[in-house]
Amino acid sequence: MDVPGVSEAVLWAIILCPLAAFTAIALYLRKLPKLAGWLSIAAITASFALALVALVDTLGADGRAATHTHDWFHAGPLQLSLGVRLDGLTAVMLVVVTSVALLVQVYSQGYMERDPGYGRYYAWMSLFITAMLGLVLADNLLMLFVFWELVGLSSYLLIGFWFHKPSAAAAAKKAFIVTRIGDLGLLAAMLLIWTRGGTLAIDEIHELVLTGALSGTTLTLFGLGLFAGAVGKSAQFPLHVWLPDAMEGPTPVSALIHAATMVAAGVYLMARFFPVLEASPDARETVAWIGAATVAVGAALALVQTDLKRVLAYSTISQLGYMMLALGVFGYAVAVFHLFTHAFFKALLFLGSGSVNHATNTFDMRRMGGLRTVMPLTFWTFLIGTLSLAGVFPLAGFWSKDEILLEAWHQNRALYAIAAVAAFATALYMFRAVFMTFFGTYKGGEPVDPSDEDSHFHGDPAHPHESGRVMTWPLLALAAGAVAAGWWAWGREFQHFVEGAVPADALHHAPAFSYGIAIASSLIAVAGIAAAWAIYQRRLVDSAEIRRTAYPLALLLERKFFLDDLYERAFAAGLFQRGWNRLVAAFDAFAVDGAVNGAGWLGMQSGRVLRHAQTGQVQLYGAALAAGAVVAAIIVLATGS
Amino acid sequence: MRELDVVGPQLAVLLAAGAVLAWDALAPPRRAALPWIALAGLAGAAAWTTAWAVRGDFGEAFEGTFSIDAFSVFFQYVFAGVTAIVVIASIDWVEREGRRQSEYYALVLTAAAGLMFLAGARDLITIFLALELSSIPQYALAGWGKDRRSGEAGVKYLLLGAIASALLLYGMALLYGFSGSTLLTDIAAAVAERGADNRSLLAAASVLLIAGFGFKMAVVPFQMWVPDVYQGAPTPVAAFLSVGSKAAAFAVVMRLFFEGLGEEFLSDDWAMIFAVVAAVSMTLGNVLALVQRDIKRMLGYSSIAQAGNFMIGLAAVAVAGERFVAGASGVLLFVAAYAFTNLGAFIAVIAISRRTGSDEIASYAGLWRRAPLLALALAFCLVSLAGIPPTAGFWAKLYVFNAGVRADLVWLVIVGVLNSVVSAYYYLAVVRRMFLGEAEDERRLPVAPTVALALGVATLGVLVFGIVPMPLVAAAREAAAVFAGG
Repeated sequence: MDVPGVSEAVLWAIILCPLAAFTAIALYLRKLPKLAGWLSIAAITASFALALVALVDTLGADGRAATHTHDWFHAGPLQLSLGVRLDGLTAVMLVVVTSVALLVQVYSQGYMERDPGYGRYYAWMSLFITAMLGLVLADNLLMLFVFWELVGLSSYLLIGFWFHKPSAAAAAKKAFIVTRIGDLGLLAAMLLIWTRGGTLAIDEIHELVLTGALSGTTLTLFGLGLFAGAVGKSAQFPLHVWLPDAMEGPTPVSALIHAATMVAAGVYLMARFFPVLEASPDARETVAWIGAATVAVGAALALVQTDLKRVLAYSTISQLGYMMLALGVFGYAVAVFHLFTHAFFKALLFLGSGSVNHATNTFDMRRMGGLRTVMPLTFWTFLIGTLSLAGVFPLAGFWSKDEILLEAWHQNRALYAIAAVAAFATALYMFRAVFMTFFGTYKGGEPVDPSDEDSHFHGDPAHPHESGRVMTWPLLALAAGAVAAGWWAWGREFQHFVEGAVPADALHHAPAFSYGIAIASSLIAVAGIAAAWAIYQRRLVDSAEIRRTAYPLALLLERKFFLDDLYERAFAAGLFQRGWNRLVAAFDAFAVDGAVNGAGWLGMQSGRVLRHAQTGQVQLYGAALAAGAVVAAIIVLATGS
Repeated sequence: MRELDVVGPQLAVLLAAGAVLAWDALAPPRRAALPWIALAGLAGAAAWTTAWAVRGDFGEAFEGTFSIDAFSVFFQYVFAGVTAIVVIASIDWVEREGRRQSEYYALVLTAAAGLMFLAGARDLITIFLALELSSIPQYALAGWGKDRRSGEAGVKYLLLGAIASALLLYGMALLYGFSGSTLLTDIAAAVAERGADNRSLLAAASVLLIAGFGFKMAVVPFQMWVPDVYQGAPTPVAAFLSVGSKAAAFAVVMRLFFEGLGEEFLSDDWAMIFAVVAAVSMTLGNVLALVQRDIKRMLGYSSIAQAGNFMIGLAAVAVAGERFVAGASGVLLFVAAYAFTNLGAFIAVIAISRRTGSDEIASYAGLWRRAPLLALALAFCLVSLAGIPPTAGFWAKLYVFNAGVRADLVWLVIVGVLNSVVSAYYYLAVVRRMFLGEAEDERRLPVAPTVALALGVATLGVLVFGIVPMPLVAAAREAAAVFAGG
């Protein structure tokens, strides 16, 4: 039973490399953008190399955990620790984060070229990578939470990277606020486990869960609290609304943060505390059904998007739903496996969309078409990503999605049905995007507006061209991942590896590979592709016709199930303004104002009054000094013996 | 010779004070060396203290009136460090003032020696003498500036200090009258023997002592001098007063009350006074800081509020199994964290007002663009004062509040938490102004290298102990352990 023997210093160095880059750029290199970019890439390369070392080492230990915990602060019963943990799950996450980050950072050299905020961009990206690596290495919930918030902060900064665009600023704010709602749940879960279990260490929480030291209610509440955080961060229904808007950020940011890594943090969190789901059927069922709802909502909404990035965003939501669904049907290893393969093909698709944008100055698919011939590399890599996402044999997505369907089949046929229908929709919406973007005739892109000073587009949208090598090479590398990442599951290697990270008692025996399920899911994918071909390529059926026939449904989808309207009207403007708001306003005026603003007001007022006592007269001061002593003496003598 | 060895650090500092004066008389053109002589003396004191700490051969000297132990070692480090940072931060200012440079350093060193004597004093007479040794140079320093405001500050500080000393002496006289001895150990024995019959007398003495030291600690209602003196005195001196003499007063109060008056029936009385004074100081200090427009006055009121935070540790005596120790280690941790933090804030103010010629908070707008590192350092110090992680101030507050809760002073901790919220408002208002405000004048602000060095050391302390708090906590606990079994 050996554990990973890699030195603790290596693990800390993985976090510290990008942190050093961030510090150096923030303090000194803002004015030297070229250097900032190279430094950031060098730092992440170092982290990547160290992550590989950690991976190899963990492979040798069958994915079992090594923890290095240090006493950080204690005062009486209050004890906080600081430490890193390496196991199969962490090693996989480390490799995903560092490899995708490295490719995205290289790609950004081309994509962000000539952007006035180039240096700032690399600073925030380095900060994000630091936080994300810290999140997966943390060995206790407190540290995890701190990095979790830091990840949220850097996501906020990057979504609002072009903060002079009102839509970007609004999207950043929305993402921050919506995810914060979920974080309240996570915070509550932390407090709960702290008061009930007296610990925040991951190991010890697992122990408490498995020995049955916690009551069923506590376990369920803890699990649901964690899941609330995951719902916000991983854009699960009904808090998914922030992710499509987050596409206002630069495309490489979407690829790294809002596709491959940060949004997967929620899945990571639930996987990390998988024994809790195992022990609490209620929490597990909730995760499964919310996951299934997210799968369906995301896939349905992706069908009606005209913006290429938003198709990918809804697709991401749907795929994250698959991962949650998998966790909810005991598929711990499968969920992590899908997270792993998804990172590569979704980052690839996002970067591909960025490459298209670089040529056409738009993300609107109605203004694209026919790019297959002018951008062959972008086309072929995008196609590979699409096939992988659609789950076509033998690409990465096939293996992971098939296993989720298999687990769902064995647990709950209703969940299987939802997942299978959504798989059909996945193939349909992705090939719809492929046909609209790369086939047919070119619609001219978006003409450059010369009066728009913020636009840093260069080139001619009327004559699109392939992107430069610095952008296409990362596409090729990710395409390799999108093809081959799934093969790691051969002989259950991957499953065995990540299962080393959780106590053996918490694991279920996974169902054996089934040719029936595999063939069924392949047929579903092919059917989706065929449908897309019939509608969007051969136009056997007119898509406008479909829209007319199923108008209410189309409207429902185009308005995103009215969720945004609901949130805005109900929470931001409408209902609150009326009945509830009256109450809140009254409460606010009397209680909150009385406490907060009122404390400020009272403070200011009493400050103004009290400062008159500060006359500067030394006689008065002396008298006050003596009087203070006399008053104190009287009080003590009066109250004392 | 052991006696000399015990007070070696103090002698090194006094020797440096003499050397500074002599150097000025003998080699007047080489004035630039003066601060470095002073620093050498302080380094010597620190080295000597380290020698004691390593040997660990602690004990008493001068017939029990003075002791060297973990507690005094801790404070000698604090005072040597604080004084060194103040000296470095003063170099630029003193050179520009131009006159009587050697006297300035000599006075600072003498005051520092007084503070260091206080750390080990365990006898009423020794305490009083050490207190005056540190106070009288500080009166002179407060009036050191050329303008009228500084003169006024010096006179005010002197007059009020005299009243405070009178109250203090009165309290000491009562204690002596009761016990027939000035030694804290004798007083403790007398209290244990027949204190219960003389509770009123001892309570009156406690009140007078608290009033006398309350002046130095700058707690309500003995705080009225603070804003006027901080605003009028030269900024490096204000920094010294806000940290050095406050820390020393807390050191002596712990010795006096925990060792001399630590009997349980008495500690119930004075812990209550401390709790009330803490609550009032925090509240009044923060409320008044809210409305200040001058940053030095704001820091003055904030230091009153911070003293209230320290004092929670004095009130938190009744922690099961850790009577005195939990609270005292909280105070020590706070003293160290606050020393770095407040010095950093004051030094940043020195650097800024030296160039902008203004102490108005409004003139800090847009500082981020004019002097990024300076703004960042000041921001960290203010965040630490507000008690927000990852800074030393956060851990100090957490520790003290934790001690308060364990001593069943939940109401006081709630007052403290609410006050933290209020204080965050005005500390962060300055940060917001620096980073988001628009500067009227966009030119870069040059910072003198010595000032930058002092600020760098202070800010580094704030951050390092913010990230790795345990060494400081361990040192504070070790020092506070001298009160174990009290």
